[in-house]
Amino acid sequence: MNLGSTLAVAATLFVIGLAMMVARRNLLYVLMGIELVLNAANLNFVAFARYAAPAGGEAMLRGHMFAMIVILLAVAEAAVALAIVLNIHSLFDTVRPEEPDRLRE
Amino acid sequence: MHADFDTADLWRLAAIPLLPLLAFFVQALFGRFGPRKGDWIPTLAMFVAAVLALYEGGKALAAGDPAFQVLSEKYGFVFDWIPGTTGVTGAIGILYDPLSAVMTAAVAVISFLIHLFSIGYMQGDRRYASYFAHLSLFSFGMLGLVLSDNFLSFFICWEVMGFCSYLLIGHFGEKPSAAAASKKAFLTTRLGDVALFLGIAILWTKFRTFEFVGLYEAVQVHVAAEGWTADLVLAGLLLFGGAVGKSAQFPLHVWLPDAMEGPTPVSAMIHAATMVAAGVYLTGRSLPFLSPEVRLTVAVVGSFTAIFAASIGICQTDIKKVLAYSTISQLGFMIAAIGAGGIAAGLFHMVTHAAFKACLFLGSGSVIHAVHGQEMPEMGGLRKKMPITYATMLVSTLAIAGVPLFSGFYSKDAILASSLAYGMEPGAGWIHRLPAIFLFVAAGMTAFYMFRLVLLTFHGSFRGEYLRYEHAHESPPVMTIPLIVLGALAVFGGSVWILNADFLGHHPWFLTAVGPGLAGFVEPAGEAKAIHDEAHGLAMKLSVGIASLGILLAFAFYQWKTFSAEAWARRWGAVHRWVKNKYYVDEFYEATVVRITTGASLAMRAFDNGIVDGLVNLCGWIGRLLAAVAGAWDRIVVDGLVNLLGHVTQGFGAFARLFQTGRIQQYVAFAIAGAVLVAAVALMA
Repeated sequence: MNLGSTLAVAATLFVIGLAMMVARRNLLYVLMGIELVLNAANLNFVAFARYAAPAGGEAMLRGHMFAMIVILLAVAEAAVALAIVLNIHSLFDTVRPEEPDRLRE
Repeated sequence: MHADFDTADLWRLAAIPLLPLLAFFVQALFGRFGPRKGDWIPTLAMFVAAVLALYEGGKALAAGDPAFQVLSEKYGFVFDWIPGTTGVTGAIGILYDPLSAVMTAAVAVISFLIHLFSIGYMQGDRRYASYFAHLSLFSFGMLGLVLSDNFLSFFICWEVMGFCSYLLIGHFGEKPSAAAASKKAFLTTRLGDVALFLGIAILWTKFRTFEFVGLYEAVQVHVAAEGWTADLVLAGLLLFGGAVGKSAQFPLHVWLPDAMEGPTPVSAMIHAATMVAAGVYLTGRSLPFLSPEVRLTVAVVGSFTAIFAASIGICQTDIKKVLAYSTISQLGFMIAAIGAGGIAAGLFHMVTHAAFKACLFLGSGSVIHAVHGQEMPEMGGLRKKMPITYATMLVSTLAIAGVPLFSGFYSKDAILASSLAYGMEPGAGWIHRLPAIFLFVAAGMTAFYMFRLVLLTFHGSFRGEYLRYEHAHESPPVMTIPLIVLGALAVFGGSVWILNADFLGHHPWFLTAVGPGLAGFVEPAGEAKAIHDEAHGLAMKLSVGIASLGILLAFAFYQWKTFSAEAWARRWGAVHRWVKNKYYVDEFYEATVVRITTGASLAMRAFDNGIVDGLVNLCGWIGRLLAAVAGAWDRIVVDGLVNLLGHVTQGFGAFARLFQTGRIQQYVAFAIAGAVLVAAVALMA
């Protein structure tokens, strides 16, 4: 596996994620989009970590560590965000992102 | 300093005026809530004051020393009423000499009797409580005045009385005539007050003191050194002007007859003990400040007033009006005597007059109370209905007419003698003889009109409606007791002749016990003494003769009907009308002084309305104009700028709002767009 194809997959994932964040009308899908974006970043970290390893040498684990931290972050984020979404659903009986607009005016 | 006088005596003296003052405050504030509407408060206060005055007066006169003088200042007993100004304003102190002793006692006793009489007379009046409060303040004014040791507190008390006379004369203020009378009394006496104030001011400017005793010495020194300078003469004239106003002398006499609009006890108060006596007292106290020319003026004005008022008294039909003119006339006697050198005689007459005139007024009050009218042509024959009133009024009439042995005889005789001596002095011109002539004629008139009053009221048969006569009755004891006391004083006030073997020849008590101690008293000696003795002998014979003539004429006209008063009035129609209408003095004042004053006031008002108001309005208009311009600037320019700022801010806000939609996905899209833009710029660079 070369770097280019991995980056291509990551970029594809990133774009799909962005598109889901911007376009989906369901908060759960928006959250999934965020996960995709984060995972795309993770993929990049891991890919670059391998790519940057000296030939025949052992890979440096910095990229992997970042990936682990991002996963951790994503878990925490998913927990908080899902709680918010659940609350929105119970308060407004909807999961559409544009409907809770009481603070606008 | 006096051995038998100590601070306790001074406290008692101070209490004499202060008790009525205290009673005034208590009565004015709480009187009407108390039992009997509080009439007993001032009456009790006056009773205590009268007892104190008699006690202290007895103590002062018992020594028999006319030069007796207690100055509270020497005991350190003064009221330094404006602290830190000692010697400038004159602390209020007490001057107690035989004159103030006699006056205090007379005022306090008569005042008390009038309070007592008022309880009966004013029963059921609407303003019963405040009437007593005013009466009490009035008594305070007079008592404070006679005990003052300086002109300043004298003047304060003088004004207190002026104000009280206004309140009391206007007691029935619902009646327009009473309201007008009180206003007239206040304004007319005010003319005199201004003169008095200026006189005091001149004396103070010159000698830097208000105190009588200090001024006597200062004036004496000044006159000895420089003679009677013009400012002193002017001061004397002005002081006398005050007396002219207060004592209702010609030409300021017009208020006193109108003052009859007040309740009758008030008339008695004003005419006997207080108010008008104050003017005479002032003239007596300030005699050392009067130059010989001023004294001549005083004598002529006084004697002219005496004859002038007496002649009006003859033609009046209202019982109180007759008494009013009688008072003016008697005051003229007193003033004339003081001017003519008989200061002791003048003040003596003031004291005896206080008693019998109070009696006459209260008597007339009793009559009015009984028949509910004041017109003598509608009275008559009341002798049988009101024996006590008749008897007391008769003795008072005998006293005022100058019948020997009655109090008025002694004092009037002394006055006539001194005026006669004044005219007989060497170097006396015709003008010095005028007072004597005026006074003798006035004495005859007095006897005539007073007997006319008694005969019309009490003798003959009743001429009014029969019902009124049926209802007429003697007054209750609360009214008759004061009458009896005053009647007794009218008989024995001049001299307790019953204790004297030589009852015509001896000197009455006042002339021996008080007279020689008066400031300005001159004991005739040498040639002057011979003239005085001669004048005295002549005056006694003449006055008895003239009084008898007056009384006989009164009987001839009104008792025996030898002459018909109506026929005489018709025969002298024009003169009678002239005199009956008080010589048209009131009308003259109405046409001149009042009209000029009113005209001037109207002109002033026009000036005020037209020019002053116009200027003020112009200023206001200019102000409004400027304000309008400033307002427009403010509204258009300043407000405009502020609003512009607001609009601009709002515009920006509205624009910024466009991006703040609150939609997360939009924000994300913006963020992506931004990132793409930044990336593009970075790549292109």
